[in-house]
Amino acid sequence: MDPKLKKTKDSSSNSANSPDSTHSSFPFPDEVLERVLSLLHSHKDRSSVSLVCKDWYNAERWTRTKLFIGNCYSVSPEIVARRFPRIKSVTLKGKPRFSDFNLVPQYWGADVHSWLVMFAKVYPFLEELRLKRMTLSDESLKFLATSFPGFKALSLLSCDGFSTDGLKAIATHCKNLTELDIQENGIDDFGGGWLSSFSENCSSLEVLNFASLSSDVSFDALEKLVRRCKSLRILKVNKSISLDQLQQLLVHAPQLIELGTGSFQQELTPWQYEDLETAFSNCKNLQALSGLWEATSLHLPVLYAACASLTFLNLSYAALQSGELAKLVAHSPNLRRLWVLDTVGDKGLEAVGSSCPLLEELRVFPADPYELDLHHGVTEAGFLAVSHGCRKLHYVLYFCRQMTNAAVATIVLNCPDFTHFRLCIMNPGEPDYLTNEPMDEAFGAVVKTCTNLRRLAVSGLLTDLTFKYIGKYAKNLETLSVAFAGSSDRGMQCVLQGCPKLRKLEIRDSPFGNAALLSGVEKYETMRSLWMSACNVTMSACRLLAKDMPRLNVEVMRDEGSDDRQADKVYVYRSVAGPRRDAPPFVLSL
Amino acid sequence: MERAAAYENDLINLKATELRLGLPGTDESEKQSSRNNKRSSSEMDNSCEKDEQECAPAPKAQVVGWPPVRSYRKNVLHQKNESDLSGMFVKVSMDGAPYLRKIDLKVYKNYQDLLKALENMFKCSIGVYSEREGYNGSEFAPTYEDKDGDWMLVGDVPWDMFITSCKRLRIMKGSEAKGLGCL
Repeated sequence: MDPKLKKTKDSSSNSANSPDSTHSSFPFPDEVLERVLSLLHSHKDRSSVSLVCKDWYNAERWTRTKLFIGNCYSVSPEIVARRFPRIKSVTLKGKPRFSDFNLVPQYWGADVHSWLVMFAKVYPFLEELRLKRMTLSDESLKFLATSFPGFKALSLLSCDGFSTDGLKAIATHCKNLTELDIQENGIDDFGGGWLSSFSENCSSLEVLNFASLSSDVSFDALEKLVRRCKSLRILKVNKSISLDQLQQLLVHAPQLIELGTGSFQQELTPWQYEDLETAFSNCKNLQALSGLWEATSLHLPVLYAACASLTFLNLSYAALQSGELAKLVAHSPNLRRLWVLDTVGDKGLEAVGSSCPLLEELRVFPADPYELDLHHGVTEAGFLAVSHGCRKLHYVLYFCRQMTNAAVATIVLNCPDFTHFRLCIMNPGEPDYLTNEPMDEAFGAVVKTCTNLRRLAVSGLLTDLTFKYIGKYAKNLETLSVAFAGSSDRGMQCVLQGCPKLRKLEIRDSPFGNAALLSGVEKYETMRSLWMSACNVTMSACRLLAKDMPRLNVEVMRDEGSDDRQADKVYVYRSVAGPRRDAPPFVLSL
Repeated sequence: MERAAAYENDLINLKATELRLGLPGTDESEKQSSRNNKRSSSEMDNSCEKDEQECAPAPKAQVVGWPPVRSYRKNVLHQKNESDLSGMFVKVSMDGAPYLRKIDLKVYKNYQDLLKALENMFKCSIGVYSEREGYNGSEFAPTYEDKDGDWMLVGDVPWDMFITSCKRLRIMKGSEAKGLGCL
């Protein structure tokens, strides 16, 4: 660190303050303070540090290299550039989470380009960019690829607006690329040619994930790439890669820690089968396995040898039956995280309960979300079975069609350490199917028992009582998702008044109105954001909120054909950057 | 004008004579919604107490973004259910051609159709198949890679067996082709 550079501190940060800013009351010289602070990595810790005093604020901003922005509109590129001179890694999140479920129209915003332009000016040595729910164009990707000579890692999750042409630019120009992680994006797939754009000299890749792209890539190019990237530790290929091709890749990369297979269905000769089995058993470091499209009992056994070391098994794209899952988990005693489709049924989950005592996270996705037939999927029985056998469970995402209050109460007694409890009873407003009562007591049990609860998603028939419980007991709650629930404003008020650590509140189709919205007037500045859609909020209340709280951005989107007075979709978030300047016409900034 | 009106009338009447499964007078969409609204008896009492939304006959799938499953995941699972309807695309390469093509085998009814299409696509003449001499007499021989990874001459096995075992096609040219013809 060049001391001369440091002395010319930005005048705006020392603005109204003491003339003796070089004479710190703090006994250590700046260099020591900065050395110590450069060891801090958590952005929450760094935030706290920066609030201690001006000197610490300055020392922290000079030593921060990783930037985390949870809401891209909470701050502007200019403000960021002024405060932090030395950023190497950026994480940016954009759209509200409900955009994943089509509740946010296209062209809403969260375009990364203005950020990239700023980064190119101020952080030419930028190495990492991680985007979630942002929009980016191929031009932006080309700009990114050509503006940062040391660029190493790109991760795109749930983003949209670009195509494989943009990926081509990255592959072509980023000579030191170590990570390319493309997940679940709304991307235009023009073919797999982008993979062939990696230069033959590129051997630095450590992470390559293109599992969610659909078109064929050149296997020849992929194989050569895998062969020369000796540090490759995460490889997730797409469906176009067949089993025998996978075997060839594994032979070159037995050091993999995470593997996403391609299609797991192919007619193999006995030799090919054996080769595949051998290839898997040679992967001694495998901790995570995913992909497995169209996997059947025919080929799953090739995995058994590798299952012993697995800690994460993602079967959420393989429609396995209970027996198939049972056999697989029987070989995987070290599983910590398991994602499955509900085709495995309660029986499959029973097997999980008996085979995976170390399980910490379970996600059960619906194979057919719109199917109403109660004979498919999982019920409270499966969840109960897992809770009996897996006492360390702390993260659950469970889609089911029936649940009871008693079952949930038992589940949290078995597993009191839940930090994330996301239960989705798929029929909106569904009561306890045995007693016909609301599911209030279920979530009451969750918040009373699980004192470490940070994230909660509720569902089923719920009255204000659920929210009274949440407000009273969920003292560590940070994120709450509500849909088709509650009886009156009182419900939402209880939550706003009772949950001191609440950061994100997202509500849809619930009878909360203006009184509820306005009861949180002082609360919203302590939160990242509030989303309310299809509730009972009117424009006048939103305008009032906007007027009273200048540091909040209050944005409204109206549905087509709805009453002028209704605020159909409301998005409220704190910001130091003022109202958005790039809002499309359908987003009203109040 | 009169004729047009009469024609339209006929179209309307066609519906009445249309062969369908179901009781006369019921509409397909009604049937679907009644199927979707089937509930166990214990739920019947509750459903009327709940607010009007729940009693609407529209299928649940119409609630936007519910259940909260990400679009990507929904699309993948949806494709899985529809995969039987998709085509049977295989790559076709021809020796000397700068790029490959792709064709959907399901589109063709027999070898004749397929070969004619290939001839058109690559502007070549493949000739007629004979069991004894293959495609002798032509510069080109159509071959395919089967499930075992072996390269076979197109035409030996019955058409149905061919389309299920064919992974890709290659139109061999010149001496290599002639070699096959002599087998």
